[in-house]
Amino acid sequence: MNSLSQLDQVKTTPWSGGRSPWSVEYGKIMMWFFLLSDAFTFSSLLIYYGAQRFSKFTWPNPDLVFQSIPGVMDHGAPLVFVGIMTFILIMSSVTMVLAVEAGHRRSKKEVIGWMIATIIGGFMFLGCQALEWTHLFHEGFGWGKIPTMETLKHLFNEGEVSTVSAQQFSNLFFTITGFHGFHVFSGVVINIIILFMTINGTFEKRGHYLMVEKVGLYWHFVDLVWVFVFTFFYLV
Amino acid sequence: MSEQHIHTSDEHAHGEHEGLSKKKIWQVFGILLLITVIEFIIALWVLPNGYMSRAVGNFVYIALTLLKAFYIVAYFMHLKYEKLGLQLSLTVSFVFIFYFITLMLIEGGYLHLHMPKV
Repeated sequence: MNSLSQLDQVKTTPWSGGRSPWSVEYGKIMMWFFLLSDAFTFSSLLIYYGAQRFSKFTWPNPDLVFQSIPGVMDHGAPLVFVGIMTFILIMSSVTMVLAVEAGHRRSKKEVIGWMIATIIGGFMFLGCQALEWTHLFHEGFGWGKIPTMETLKHLFNEGEVSTVSAQQFSNLFFTITGFHGFHVFSGVVINIIILFMTINGTFEKRGHYLMVEKVGLYWHFVDLVWVFVFTFFYLV
Repeated sequence: MSEQHIHTSDEHAHGEHEGLSKKKIWQVFGILLLITVIEFIIALWVLPNGYMSRAVGNFVYIALTLLKAFYIVAYFMHLKYEKLGLQLSLTVSFVFIFYFITLMLIEGGYLHLHMPKV
């Protein structure tokens, strides 16, 4: 082989062009980058929350604020209800991966089944969140609203009530869980669309179930954000 | 060019790297559940009984949260099996977030010391 023919040879390294260097489909890369930007938004909200909490000399005690199971117990059960919500969301994440796994095998029936399970999980989570919000509204919390001094005394550690902290907590709680809930809601809507596309056989005709993987990424991201919201609002 | 593109996505669909097996999925689920249970034990038993200080508890919470995040991103979102380039472009960007966290917590700490108690 002489040197000229070596120059003429087409390069086949990943970055020499003509194909995706990461061997990831275009739409999937775009989903990843959308999620990255979304992660920045959520980070900003949570970091602001952290800065507020750091700057105050007191803060509502999460064990005292979140201690009800709506419809069952009014108080005395810290973390139980949010524990159920966390479990529902992790579970629906699992059913989503199972749908993706079934998609790899192009098993239409299984994809449909797991997608339905995921959607039900999403609705259950939204229902729980609605119950929790209602409970807090009844206590007097809301955007720009805090409970009476009498109630607040039971939500702070003894002798350090602050209306400013309570207001910051209230605004940030509803904004951040609301923004997350909005993501869950859009996730459920997208999941339903994908479910109908699967039933229609759209992906069967396309020959691959990449769309299921893409909504899967979004759904796991929603779960991921909840992991952080759970830690910073309910545990810390 | 467009033919090339179809080829790429096809190649992917046929799985040059396979998805997770069912066994692995349930394994990761078990780990996530276990971490959550540990967090509950800390919140409901370890901290109230004073076996661990609040400050240490918070560090443990954050470490466990990051561990959970790793399992979700690496396995459920499949990032562990993607090419290094994609992994780097998605993770290194969080340098900005770490910077922002440091910045805002220093700011919050300063205000904590210098603001009137209201």
